[in-house]
Amino acid sequence: MNELMRQLLFLPEQASTFAVKVDKLHYFVVTVTMVASVLTGLIATWFFFRFRERRPNASTPIVSASHRFELAVISVPLIFFFLWVWVGFKDYIWYVTPPKNTTDIYVTGKKWMWHFAYPDGPNSNASVTVPANRPVRLLMTSRDVIHSFYVPDFRIKQDVIPGRYTETWFEATKPGRYRIYCAEFCGTWHSQMIGEVVVLPGPEFDAWMVKQKQGLAGRVDSSGSGEEFKGDLATYGRRLAGAYGCLKCHSLDGAPHIGPTWVDLYRRKTLLASGETIIADEGYLTESMMDPYVKVVKGYQQVMPSFRGKLAAPEAAALVEFIKSLRGDNLENVAPKEPVYGPVERR
Amino acid sequence: MAQLNVVNEELSLPKVHYINADRGLKSWLFTLDHKRIALMYFVLTTVALLLGGIFAMAVRFEHLTPGPTIMGANTYNRMFTLHGVVMIFLFMIPAIPGIFGNFCLPLMLGAKDVAFPRLNLLSVYVYAVGAALALYGMVSGGADAGWTFYAPYSLSTPATLAPVLFGVFILGFSSILTGLNFIVTVHTLRAPGMTWMRIPLFVWAIYATAIIQVLATPVIGLTSVLVAVERIFGFGFFDPAHGGDPVLFQHMFWFYSHPAVYIMVLPSMGVISEAVAAVARKNVFGYKMIAYSSLGIAFVGFFAWGHHMFVSGQSALDNGAFAIISMLVGVFTAIKVFNWVGTLYRGSIAIRTPLVYICGFLFFLVFGGMTGIAVATVSLDVHWHDTYFVVAHFHFIMVGAVIMGYLAAIHLWFPKMFGRMFHEGWGMVASSFIVLGFNATFIPQFLLGNAGQPRRYYMYDERFWVLNVASTAGSTLLAFGFIIILIYLIYALKNGNVAGDNPWDLKGLEWNTSSPPPKHNFDVTPTVDEDPYTYQKKGEEVEHVVI
Ligand code: HEC
Ligand SMILES: [Cu+2]
Ligand SMILES: [Cu+2]
Repeated sequence: MNELMRQLLFLPEQASTFAVKVDKLHYFVVTVTMVASVLTGLIATWFFFRFRERRPNASTPIVSASHRFELAVISVPLIFFFLWVWVGFKDYIWYVTPPKNTTDIYVTGKKWMWHFAYPDGPNSNASVTVPANRPVRLLMTSRDVIHSFYVPDFRIKQDVIPGRYTETWFEATKPGRYRIYCAEFCGTWHSQMIGEVVVLPGPEFDAWMVKQKQGLAGRVDSSGSGEEFKGDLATYGRRLAGAYGCLKCHSLDGAPHIGPTWVDLYRRKTLLASGETIIADEGYLTESMMDPYVKVVKGYQQVMPSFRGKLAAPEAAALVEFIKSLRGDNLENVAPKEPVYGPVERR
Repeated sequence: MAQLNVVNEELSLPKVHYINADRGLKSWLFTLDHKRIALMYFVLTTVALLLGGIFAMAVRFEHLTPGPTIMGANTYNRMFTLHGVVMIFLFMIPAIPGIFGNFCLPLMLGAKDVAFPRLNLLSVYVYAVGAALALYGMVSGGADAGWTFYAPYSLSTPATLAPVLFGVFILGFSSILTGLNFIVTVHTLRAPGMTWMRIPLFVWAIYATAIIQVLATPVIGLTSVLVAVERIFGFGFFDPAHGGDPVLFQHMFWFYSHPAVYIMVLPSMGVISEAVAAVARKNVFGYKMIAYSSLGIAFVGFFAWGHHMFVSGQSALDNGAFAIISMLVGVFTAIKVFNWVGTLYRGSIAIRTPLVYICGFLFFLVFGGMTGIAVATVSLDVHWHDTYFVVAHFHFIMVGAVIMGYLAAIHLWFPKMFGRMFHEGWGMVASSFIVLGFNATFIPQFLLGNAGQPRRYYMYDERFWVLNVASTAGSTLLAFGFIIILIYLIYALKNGNVAGDNPWDLKGLEWNTSSPPPKHNFDVTPTVDEDPYTYQKKGEEVEHVVI
């Protein structure tokens, strides 16, 4: 049944957990739509013939609606539509909530190619290798205009926006090669901004990764600021933190300085000057570098310079990855405490 | 109807009517007569429709093969931009209000003209200037950002965009002037006895449209000027490299452009309400429900814009809220559909050209509307967003519903406007081409979207080829239908049979004067003493049916 519907509707393969989930609603919605519209057309056509003009300029009866009819007219579509929207929203919330143990990959879009970087592994253009049956999270940004990362076989899509991070995740279920498209118009070769997700079975992926790391020492990041870097992203980030002078204000030993310490910063609940509490995720960390005054940490001066336009996207990614590497365990659930930046308690 | 096909020797056009009352070019260029202004809109928007259609065909022919076919990548990008901008800003938005709103609304209300005839004339000129500027900008500057002008692409493209953006800004004023005029006219110029619940449903629809035009259009004006200013002076509104926010652009753009969908579709729904009652000679079933649902759509439509941004990184809660609000629009639309079909029940239905368009309209609106709720279902839209599924969905509404309404309006009011009949046989042939061609063009596009072909793709993967060819084949049928219509209508202008004042014995006030009407519409101001759509003879015993 599933296979039949999928082929009738020309849907691509169901190669992720989300695809399997979302297609059920797809079938239901499309079937109801087709039945309803054809039925409307047929009823109208039937009326044309049943009540066709038998005598020119005839009088007709006055037909009016009872309250029962009015109620039915309003509630039948309401119930159907509400059902779709509700189930759709539930699935969507599932889709935007990645599990904790994801394999993270940094994605950079630029006219007209996709660039991928593993936190502690290789870089690549156009093709990204991922393990099957393990959740993979993509942290994405753009170096120029808005792009949109789209893999039809996984039923996932997420806009990729300059100056900020967006994320999406998937769990591929079948080893194979799947097309990546750019779905947001981005200029002359928008249609050629394509790539490929290569899904390997878990053990094969691990072996692949080991091999990649062996050859890593001499690798050059082809799309960064042109600087050569060796080793993983976090190491690169540490070097950049020195080079850009971040460490003049941010400490790596847990003590607050001109700016908050970076130790255990990632995913900390942070109290802002506005009174709001946020979680320091990748998006927030990037924003703090690009627009430091949008969210100012409580108890600190607005002295941090903006690094927008100074940090290339992969450099920002490397810094984020470095900050993430300064993180202990079990931080997610720590309640905000006053003062915000005491050493954070471990449970 | 029988008497249509018989040449009635006794019928003749009135000696003096609005078309020949004053002569000379100046009498047209400076006319304050709403009927002449309607004709000016008719000519201008028909040119826009033809241009937009040619660009659409260019796009379709390019897709005959997966690789390059007849043009380069940049030309392709300009073609779909031209197609979108021309169709939306130069045709869809002004056409029905500009032509039939102007022509029929005062007649239907029993008024001599609109409330502000000079503003009405101004709106035509503002339209012409805006259209000329936008077209000039697109052709000379090679605008390639699509009609959505998403930042920061629209800020960084090497093409010249500023004239197009200013063109859109100016066109907005034309739309606002028209809307304002209609609102005041409906409030102040109704004939004696025409209470609010006796207003024809087309007028209700135009009234709801006018509210959106006045309230929403300033936002697109503002947005396009901000983009133009940012391009020219480098201010950082939307470009993150200068501290701007590209997603803010999308909010502002859709805050207008979603309600704009109702600027396009509500008038068409109004036409269908009239056409259904006219061909069935029936009171409109659920008059109040249809009238109020127009207002409901206009209101709710303002809060649904975020459904275009489900994958833009906007918050998940926003997405849920926008989904629910979008669904409400669907409920209002469904109410209308039930009532139109209900109007046919127990009618005395004449099989005439408008009927084909009504039938097409019902199918397209239900299919287009329900796929609209489908793409407003967040989890499904993740896959469909920016694919051909969305393209097919909005063409079902904009071509399927809006153009069916537009063509129904032409075939309903042509005899009133020009006093002559078109050829009914050719009308049937052309309408069949249009309905079939339309299905053949856009149903494959739904499937393409399911299969995952993103929109605005110059080249596409081999596996999408067959469906693309099918769609192009369908579009030639559609184009053929339009050409037939253009020919028989132009022919009928001079050679059609004289229609007579009220060829189908219809009830609206517009049928209560000569065809074409005199310059001042009515020789005696009509008074209204019964509900609209009363198709029962006076004094006759009337059967009341409640379902
Ligand atoms: C002149 C001192 C200074 C420099 C240099 C500086 N920062 Fe900051 N930074 C601050 C201050 C002060 C704050 C806290 C106020 C705020 O949120 O803006 C801060 C906040 C942050 C935060 C948010 C911290 C939190 O606890 O939420 C991040 C992330 C950050 N900076 C990253 C960087 C990076 C990366 C660099 C180098 C590229 C950098 N900073 C350079 C002073 C600085
Ligand atoms: Cu792109
Ligand atoms: Cu919308």
